Amino acid sequence: MSGLLQIHEPGRTPLPHQREDMAVGIDLGTTNSLVAFAEDGQAEVVRDSRGRALVPSVVAYLERGVVVGEEARRELLDEAERVVVSVKRLMGRGYEDVQRVAGQLPYEVEIPADGDGGMVRLRVAGRTLSPVEVSAEILRAIKARAEAALGHAVSRAVITVPAHFDDAARNATKDAARLAGLETLRLVNEPTAAALAYGLDEAAEGLYAVYDLGGGTFDVSVLRLRMGVFQVLATGGDPLLGGDDFDRLVAEHFLRQRAGVPGDAALTSNEAKMALISARLAKECLTDQDSGSWTIDVGGRPSRHDLDRATLEALIEPLVARTLDITRDVLADAGVTPAEIAGLVLVGGSTRVPMVRRRVAEVFGREPLDDIDPEEVVARGAALQAEALTRGSQALLLDVTPLSLGIETMGGLCEKVMPRNTPVPAARAQEFTTYQDGQSAMMIHVVQGERELVAENRSLARFELAGIPPMAAGAARIRVTFAVDADGLLTVSADEATTGVRQQVAVKPSYGLSEDETAAMLRASMEHAAADMDARLLREARVDGERMIQAVTAALRVDGDLLDGAEREAIAGVVEALRRTLAGDDRGSIQDAVETCNAGTEEFASRRMDRGIRAALKGHSVAEVAESLSGEN
Amino acid sequence: MNASDNAVSRCWSCHGPVNRGAAFCPTCSAIQPPHACDPFRTLGLAPGFDIDSADLEQRYFARQRELHPDRFAANSPREREYASRHTANLNDAFAMLRTPVKRAEALLAAAGHATGTGETDTVADEELLVEAMEMREGLAEARSRSAVDAVVAAQEAKTDACIAALSRAFAAEDRAAAARLVLRLTYLQKFATEARERRGRLTAA
Repeated sequence: MSGLLQIHEPGRTPLPHQREDMAVGIDLGTTNSLVAFAEDGQAEVVRDSRGRALVPSVVAYLERGVVVGEEARRELLDEAERVVVSVKRLMGRGYEDVQRVAGQLPYEVEIPADGDGGMVRLRVAGRTLSPVEVSAEILRAIKARAEAALGHAVSRAVITVPAHFDDAARNATKDAARLAGLETLRLVNEPTAAALAYGLDEAAEGLYAVYDLGGGTFDVSVLRLRMGVFQVLATGGDPLLGGDDFDRLVAEHFLRQRAGVPGDAALTSNEAKMALISARLAKECLTDQDSGSWTIDVGGRPSRHDLDRATLEALIEPLVARTLDITRDVLADAGVTPAEIAGLVLVGGSTRVPMVRRRVAEVFGREPLDDIDPEEVVARGAALQAEALTRGSQALLLDVTPLSLGIETMGGLCEKVMPRNTPVPAARAQEFTTYQDGQSAMMIHVVQGERELVAENRSLARFELAGIPPMAAGAARIRVTFAVDADGLLTVSADEATTGVRQQVAVKPSYGLSEDETAAMLRASMEHAAADMDARLLREARVDGERMIQAVTAALRVDGDLLDGAEREAIAGVVEALRRTLAGDDRGSIQDAVETCNAGTEEFASRRMDRGIRAALKGHSVAEVAESLSGEN
Repeated sequence: MNASDNAVSRCWSCHGPVNRGAAFCPTCSAIQPPHACDPFRTLGLAPGFDIDSADLEQRYFARQRELHPDRFAANSPREREYASRHTANLNDAFAMLRTPVKRAEALLAAAGHATGTGETDTVADEELLVEAMEMREGLAEARSRSAVDAVVAAQEAKTDACIAALSRAFAAEDRAAAARLVLRLTYLQKFATEARERRGRLTAA
């Protein structure tokens, strides 16, 4: 091995990449995104030279290249057809979903040729793009901003998602992070992140409600904060309801006022974007003003539009009422009355609308907490969680599934396997049997949602259980296990109980990107792919090596008397060799040293097992033996 | 030899002996894969109907702090997966033990006694049916939040009495009586949910 030997104090591995490897928290929003980092429990939002924290979630595909943020948003005025806004609304969505919001999206979507579902694609400036790729551009810009502020490379992040995001949208978010060269440490639900920011800052205790109305999504969660535990009791929301919808209603109102311009047909064009820009401006101005006047210049025909706050409120009233209905349902799910809520937290730019604030306060009979900027609170919470995950913390987030998980049964009905608001991680097993003699395969269709009919829920995945051993109808017992991890992501495994045949389940996500597609995109983004993969593998090898040293050191302390002096020295030698490789950056030599260490301690391990089994025979537990021995040392 | 083979397994990390069922290796502290375990043992309790809910919750949080996958974010994928499986078991066990109905069902199932919530014997208890109907009527007639609250208060007293009776039945090991009481408690709780929903609607109005 070449290179210099690093010298460090005995018994202490140096901690390379300590500061240089700081993980960040990212709020990847529909309208705006931002990034924050935390040190010693203090979160700080990253700002540009002009003090702005928000990066508009806007991507422009221009001839001179791809631009993101404020610069991209300015292009809406000149080259609207090259600009993508609100792409978050399309994450993990299929064409069928998009039809629900058809005409509300200011860009063209591609209809998949084979009609086979799959994630929707956008047609922008002559390119066909998946929402994942567009989101990756936003994340790249955010990453660059964080790197500039911190002065080192950023490769790991906690990313927030709406609590109500389904499995497909969560996977899409993780895919986007991968494309941008970021490892997702954890997906955290936005309201939970907000509660974390408040709870840790204020050392709060009791029941909290978080009402989160962003640009494109609405979430409401009820949490219990107690001794550093953030326990989500219930959550609910609407993934397609947000401030964008307020803008759309106002834009339609403006367009109706213009004679001869039908409100809906125009909304797929440049004109729609202009109307939306005016509408947003009007909405924002009416937060502080009682009325105002705006001009829309479409096709050289300018028109003036007056709007007062009362009219705005009448327009958006049905949407606000819907969020309040959902809020009441979530309170009922949590088994909590509004009076029991100790604190109400408002999150998201749309909670700046006075009517929203007023109506939510009415439901809870109290004024909301507003010491943290509602547009920054989620990123701050994410940063705190990133620090907790990488540096350790006493705080604990216990979240729940936002939607029920079910499977399709006879007649297109949905049978619930895991009800909504189940604490995660969670696992549920369900037994299936065959209905024909000798049947060797069966289809399983997993859906997410609260409705009785499969067709009214969201299709998550279909997969075939193949290789069932031939048996009489009803004799096979196939156990399918659905596991939801802390990120809210589903994995499925299956085994046949009578024969013990274990089935590999290939889940084909209904609206995701296939592994092939993701791999192709990764290859395409040459700048990151290889370097990121190497960095990640090196980190994994290091984790493995450090664990090995710790394990052997502990074993020597407890069972060292099983070795003679020479044996002990030999083991110390392989451990020291491993320690030396960890100081370097060569993954291969770390892995080799781990292997050597494994082989060198094999005999030691079997003597330790013998001792453990002898102790168990005498009725002592291993723990007792270990304790008495370590006491002697 | 067989018994001890089962009692001791090998730690995947330091290759030393670990008692079966232990979540962590006594030597190197590595997290171990979970084994199937009844909900009482998962939370470190002796099986029994009487449970102090504050103590149960403290045990749950304490175990979560040890086992939640977020505690293993910097560890290997294998350790994260074990943590995830442990926590899934823990969540299950807590959900089962925190509600009297499920706790009683778990005890009856462990004793090999079928519970009365199956389809066959739901109509056996006529007294129960009459009582359920009366409660529903009372609720349907309640037109204000305070009227609903009064109905709920009466029902809560019945729930408390039912749980006390269930505790006595388990103490006397009278499983048939316990099974009947579980069914009654199920009805009472279903009713509580309906009452809460009705109250919610009245609040909204």
